Amino acid sequence: MHDFSRRIYGLENEYGIMCTLKGQRRLSPDEVARYLFRKVVTWGRSSNVFLPNGSRLYLDVGSHPEYATAECDSILDVVAQDRAGEYILNDLRVAAEERLADEGIRGEIHIYKNNTDSAGNSYGCHENYLTSRTDDQTSLSDVVIPFLITRQIFAGAGKLLMTAKGPLFTIAQRAEHIWETASSATTRSRPIINTRDEPHADAEHYRRLHVIVGDSNMSEYASFLKVGSMACVLRMFENPEIDFRDLTLESPVRAIREISHDITCRKKVKLKSGREMSALDIQRIYLDKAISYSERFGFNEEETRALQMWEQCVSTIEDDPLKLAAEVDWVAKYRLLLNYSEKHHISLGDPRCHLIDLQYHDIDPDKGIYNHLRGKNIMKSLCTEEQVVAATQSAPTTTRAHLRSQFITAAQLKKRDYTVDWVHLKINDQTQRTVLCKNPFKNVDDRVQKLIDSL
Amino acid sequence: MTEKIRKSNSNINEVPAEEIDDLVVGKNDHAENLKADLDQLLDDIDSILETNAEDFVNSYVQKGGE
Repeated sequence: MHDFSRRIYGLENEYGIMCTLKGQRRLSPDEVARYLFRKVVTWGRSSNVFLPNGSRLYLDVGSHPEYATAECDSILDVVAQDRAGEYILNDLRVAAEERLADEGIRGEIHIYKNNTDSAGNSYGCHENYLTSRTDDQTSLSDVVIPFLITRQIFAGAGKLLMTAKGPLFTIAQRAEHIWETASSATTRSRPIINTRDEPHADAEHYRRLHVIVGDSNMSEYASFLKVGSMACVLRMFENPEIDFRDLTLESPVRAIREISHDITCRKKVKLKSGREMSALDIQRIYLDKAISYSERFGFNEEETRALQMWEQCVSTIEDDPLKLAAEVDWVAKYRLLLNYSEKHHISLGDPRCHLIDLQYHDIDPDKGIYNHLRGKNIMKSLCTEEQVVAATQSAPTTTRAHLRSQFITAAQLKKRDYTVDWVHLKINDQTQRTVLCKNPFKNVDDRVQKLIDSL
Repeated sequence: MTEKIRKSNSNINEVPAEEIDDLVVGKNDHAENLKADLDQLLDDIDSILETNAEDFVNSYVQKGGE
């Protein structure tokens, strides 16, 4: 009777970009974006394209390159596809630097997978979870919002903030930039959940839960856990036999900041009920519920893995959060900053510490500090180099992304003019043949095969 | 959300600690190696970083996104 079903996941990252010469800004972000996307435009005749790996790459509001993974039905796939985005952007960086050199412009380009700049602007990492049309959206928000606010203790990417009282190491990059719980806004007033109803699938059956509160993770472990723990919470929510305790926070917007400002993860925040609980207490409640759920109903294999990682992280935080430096981005960054500032006898307010905070997120394999931590296995990785490289070219074969990937690859090979989006595949010729793919789980489709054969 | 995959038999309480890391393809198992690698990175990090830290960080200004 219980449905151990697949779910579609997706991750979107907006990247930050900069071009400097000897530490000074050389080009504006708009100009950098133009150089970066020259190669994309040549390939796809647009700065808004779907790539052969099924992903979407485009220039978003504010000259941010945005990479949205193909629809994945495996958590490990979505982690690999997300990492592939870093590789794809890095290839664009290399090509753009060559172009700059050809034009006699000196300077180097940096691309950051983070969520804030030095002036306090923010850009996002969005998560997508396919859910059922029949879910009650209000009770879904009630259940997931306390979870999303507190999960930063393992999903936060860490940020060194300058405050009136001096430097403060905080857990989450996005915490300072969230102003609402659920709304259709994105740039005006950022919510935790974006309620825009665009399922990119059959709207009769599906909704797409669009979570925009999260940080961009460098750590593959943290990415997997972020998506996987949310998958566990959704699975429980979808089971009509499960009731959730009311953990509504008195002020979610204040709580997310208070939690981010407390690296012990133990400071209490106020609940609407009048009780007080720490982020750790709240995560423990969700986790224990998931553990008993797994004993009673079971989770699918990847959800079970995520549950184990979740248990490991929450238990370790109960002991000492700083023991998670191999798994969790904010802890890895914080430990590095502590070690570095001790070694050089400087405070966390020193510009070099801010530079480390930023360079942790540089996707350049040589300049990015996370990439060095990963390369030395100081941080755990879940994907092999080969898997990530393969994911730059290949979509997951088990979802609709496979159809899109095959179509794009064939149309490019035959040099045909085509248009695709998440649900359409179209040939731009006299007949304007279009195939509508409303089921994101469907990876084989005769209509698409016919379309490809006709190219 | 209607298509099924096989039910996992694993129960979290029965999974030995080392299996939790099954998914992990790269990790550092030895505390001594880990410390040496970290120390090495701390020694090398200045060669990765821009020398002009303050200007560099302040140059990093974007527009808001999403």
